[in-house]
Amino acid sequence: MTAADTPDTSAAKTPKPVTAAPSAKTVPLKERLLRTPVALPLMTFLLLLILWEAGTRLFSVPSYILPSPSRILLGFEAVPPGRWVEHIWATLRVALLGYLVSFVVSLPIAVGLAKSRLLSGALYPLLVVIQSVPVVAVAPIIIVVLGTGDAPRVVITFMISFFPLVVSMTTGLAATPPELIELSRSLRAPSLREITQIRLPYATPYIFSGMKISITLAVIGAVVSEFVAAEKGIGYFIQFSTSMFKLPQAWAGLVILVAMSLLLFQVVSQTQRIFFPWSLPKGQK
Amino acid sequence: MALAGNAINFSGVGQTFLTGTGSLTALDGVSVTIAQHEFVAVLGPSGCGKSTLLRLTAGLMKPSTGSVSVFGLPVTQPRDDVGIVFQKPTLLPWANVEDNVVFPARHKLGRVTPEDRAQAQAIIETVGLAGFEKRLPSELSGGMQQRVGIARALFLNPDILLMDEPFSALDALTRDMMGFELLRLWQASPKTVLFITHSIPEAALLADRVLVLSERPGRVIADLPVPTSRPRDETSLGSPEMQDYAAHLRSLLIRKEAA
Ligand SMILES: Nc1ncnc2c1ncn2[C@@H]1O[C@H](COP(=O)(O)OP(=O)(O)O)[C@@H](O)[C@H]1O
Ligand SMILES: [Mg+2]
Repeated sequence: MTAADTPDTSAAKTPKPVTAAPSAKTVPLKERLLRTPVALPLMTFLLLLILWEAGTRLFSVPSYILPSPSRILLGFEAVPPGRWVEHIWATLRVALLGYLVSFVVSLPIAVGLAKSRLLSGALYPLLVVIQSVPVVAVAPIIIVVLGTGDAPRVVITFMISFFPLVVSMTTGLAATPPELIELSRSLRAPSLREITQIRLPYATPYIFSGMKISITLAVIGAVVSEFVAAEKGIGYFIQFSTSMFKLPQAWAGLVILVAMSLLLFQVVSQTQRIFFPWSLPKGQK
Repeated sequence: MALAGNAINFSGVGQTFLTGTGSLTALDGVSVTIAQHEFVAVLGPSGCGKSTLLRLTAGLMKPSTGSVSVFGLPVTQPRDDVGIVFQKPTLLPWANVEDNVVFPARHKLGRVTPEDRAQAQAIIETVGLAGFEKRLPSELSGGMQQRVGIARALFLNPDILLMDEPFSALDALTRDMMGFELLRLWQASPKTVLFITHSIPEAALLADRVLVLSERPGRVIADLPVPTSRPRDETSLGSPEMQDYAAHLRSLLIRKEAA
């Protein structure tokens, strides 16, 4: 491959006479971007921010319609850091408690559903009904019934986040190879050990899929519950700021929520990666 | 024991399953006796009830008709002296080789003693996996995984080994090698083996006796001792009597498949 092969085009398109042999330095930009997983989304995101900033300035969009990124940044200063921490903690606490309750409740239900067809027939439709109830509409009722405090908010969070967990756990528990169940039976092992030593570990990849979906839903649940009744929390803060037309600080709250969701998702992902590496799909270790 | 010498006895065994659309008879009138330390292969077309026969022996199900007994006692539940090797190794993917081998102890008794570990180590060496104790199943080849499956079945030192097409997922070379390994293990530590396969050469090479089952519902249509003495090797199948024997088995199977 010399200039003789493609005399005209190479001269016209590439001013520098580079050799054709690909070295580390001549890897095309596109290839290099595809090889670094964070680079591409980060660039898209930055580009979007720049367009957003430029657009809002160029067309003088009022900040109560769409504040520019720089205005949102100023929105963070509207509230002292101590207050931010209080709001964040309020939301995080409810999200995590609700998530925990979801997990603890889902596990025995999933075991029951996977082990007993009778229970599955009796319980599953009920779960689907609960799942179909628009939790946002029930939230005010729950608040009235359970009063103020964390309890109603945790219940609302639980209702929004538990279903994917039950489904993924049940699927996982049922996915165990039948041979291992026969091995367990042939050893006449206690039934509980079949769950703890075979079915649950086998369900781990499924459980983590459910946990990843649920953790994000738990944050949504916490926010929804704050919309209904709260005097603290990011959801409350966003609603309060919006009602005062302080849109930049509402957006700042939104940014924090997104960051919180991403962070919690990462915590779940990394927990799987570090403690259950064998449960990752092939090629993701 | 009154019936010492007899390991497994099927007497008029039939198995009928209820299915969504009606009932399905998998086995019908199977009467066979297997002597202690005998190596018996079961040949038959897919779906004729071979695995069912094995599950009945393992006490994982009860026959619809007739009875199965092991060492003279009717099988009512799984026994401690029966080990099972499945078609797929079905190891625990999160546990290393050693933990997979001691799993029967952990699962049955809830604990693993140092003696269990030593026992596992000895078996791991016997099946040729020394040095791989800490590997995960995903790091092993198919043949090595099945060795772990065999080691797990041998861990409780069973008198009876039930093997359900244990080498059928392996490539031809590995499969032959595993067959000879199995013979070596069996000769070193004699056991009654019920070996299910649908490979005629495998059955002829490994077994003392071959049972041929018919299409479903499975009945025993032939019960033929293998005409070659032990020890056997790669050349055993080449002798004229073994060629005739294999051809005979083939004709029995093909006749049934054409019918
Ligand atoms: N638990 C069961 N319920 C219903 N049908 C079954 C069950 N187990 C096996 N069968 C049916 O019985 C027949 C024999 O099965 P199996 O013993 O697994 O055959 P093989 O191992 O010879 O291929 C098949 O048609 C199978 O579908
Ligand atoms: Mg089978």
